[in-house]
Amino acid sequence: MSVFYEKSFWNLQNKMKDIVILGAGTAGTIMANRLRKSVDRRSWNIKIIDQNPVHYYQPGFLFMPFGIYSDRDVEKPKRRFIPRDVEYIESSVDRVNAEKSRVMLSNGVEVSYDILIIATGVRTVPDQVEGMMGTDWRNRIFDFYTVDGAAALQEKLKDWRGGRLVMHVSEMPIKCPVAPLEFVFLADSWLSERGLREKTELVYVTPLSGAFTKPIAAGVLGHLLEEKRIKVVNDFNIGNVDNERHRIVSWDDKVVDYDLLVTVPTNMGDAAIERSGLGDEFNFVPTDRHTLQSKQHENIFVIGDATDLPTSKAGSVAHFESEVLGENILSYIKNAPLREEFDGHANCFIESGHGKGFLLDFNYTLEPVPGSFPIPGIGPFGLLKETRINHFGKMAFKWIYWNMLLKGLPLPGITQRMSYAGKKIPVGLAVPESA
Amino acid sequence: MAEKQIAGKTIEVTDDGFMVKHEQWDREVAAAIAAEEGIELTDDHWKVLEFIDKDFKEKGAVPGIRRMNKVGGISTKELYTLFPDGPVKKAAKIAGYPKPASCV
Repeated sequence: MSVFYEKSFWNLQNKMKDIVILGAGTAGTIMANRLRKSVDRRSWNIKIIDQNPVHYYQPGFLFMPFGIYSDRDVEKPKRRFIPRDVEYIESSVDRVNAEKSRVMLSNGVEVSYDILIIATGVRTVPDQVEGMMGTDWRNRIFDFYTVDGAAALQEKLKDWRGGRLVMHVSEMPIKCPVAPLEFVFLADSWLSERGLREKTELVYVTPLSGAFTKPIAAGVLGHLLEEKRIKVVNDFNIGNVDNERHRIVSWDDKVVDYDLLVTVPTNMGDAAIERSGLGDEFNFVPTDRHTLQSKQHENIFVIGDATDLPTSKAGSVAHFESEVLGENILSYIKNAPLREEFDGHANCFIESGHGKGFLLDFNYTLEPVPGSFPIPGIGPFGLLKETRINHFGKMAFKWIYWNMLLKGLPLPGITQRMSYAGKKIPVGLAVPESA
Repeated sequence: MAEKQIAGKTIEVTDDGFMVKHEQWDREVAAAIAAEEGIELTDDHWKVLEFIDKDFKEKGAVPGIRRMNKVGGISTKELYTLFPDGPVKKAAKIAGYPKPASCV
């Protein structure tokens, strides 16, 4: 107790203020590292709250079903990436009382804040689809958006001898929207290597109008599905799962039979956001798309998958956002105007199988286009182009993630704002607002 | 990208007929696009179209089925009755907004 009183006394004397970060995933960890370097430590405490002690390298989940990565590749302790002088609180959150600027932990403790950064991410909620958690769950139905799902699917695939393998997206938006496509491409490759491709029918089921929905990408990549003999079922809004007959049924009574269903369940924001009354219909927090300030409360900021921004939910986005948010927290502390700087920039590799991959670089206004990245005209990566070096980039990213990205270090040659240099922008494409 | 005569106006559309410039949209254009889709617009259709319009201006994206249910108060069944096959896609097209899309 004496320590508590001494600390409180010290805080009062010095009018210490608190930045509280909810969530120690990609976005929260980067922010803790950035802010501890930039915010005056004589007047600001930084606290980070998370209930799960394990940090997952989520892009690695995709590789687990095919035995390319194991859980060892994707797990490290969260605390290892949090600076020592940031207070780490391992607890679940009951709710945020935004009116009183307090976070109520599940154990009843209250943590007050002057600035709150919400970085609670998204989670998969399979029971949003009727019948999804029925008798086929983890027998014939798997996911790879969780570490245990990806590990269970790896076991299942070891016994795969052929049949109808269906990749399915429940509803949009989802984290890493290209991951289900990458899954079918990698499955095609993996099955071919094992002599099982001829015995397997690969089907891709999406609620959207096609596997590719952006015109330029569709033009460049659309042929891949046909080439790889992947059947696409589009405009499929799932109504329920018929576990007895092993089929998914849409709202308008279309059916798709499966022997193995790999589903991306509904993605939603954290339940604590819902309990706090801070979220939309998916528990995503309404956020200013350029400043990252919450639309409801001026001392709340939002980053990463937890936002409702119309860009991809991806680690690269959290990384780019962190630069803008880092600046804006400093501006907010100084009572200066916030910079309307975030442009929706995302940068994503797409594994296409057989040791090759694509790279996408886009923002709110410019869809993925062909070109070279990050050095215009040189690369080494090719945008919207299938190359071996793109695949190596994706595999090298694991090291970059653990050693650079989480620490908030700049990635060489890659800017927070999307660069228009090196991109072949077709004539007639809507002119970006900030080109 | 192409130009198309819709309800006596020259309208910019994508290859699959979605409007590029929302400012070119009006109720006559909506009725004409709906007719091409085999839909005659009623008050119930307009309730959906007006919700999409309001929501797009607020969020910068066409609302999905869950948002239409929860925020717009329009059930999935109703959506399928009003705009058969791909309800969100069809309603977005008639409302003069882009096709719901992923990042690629």
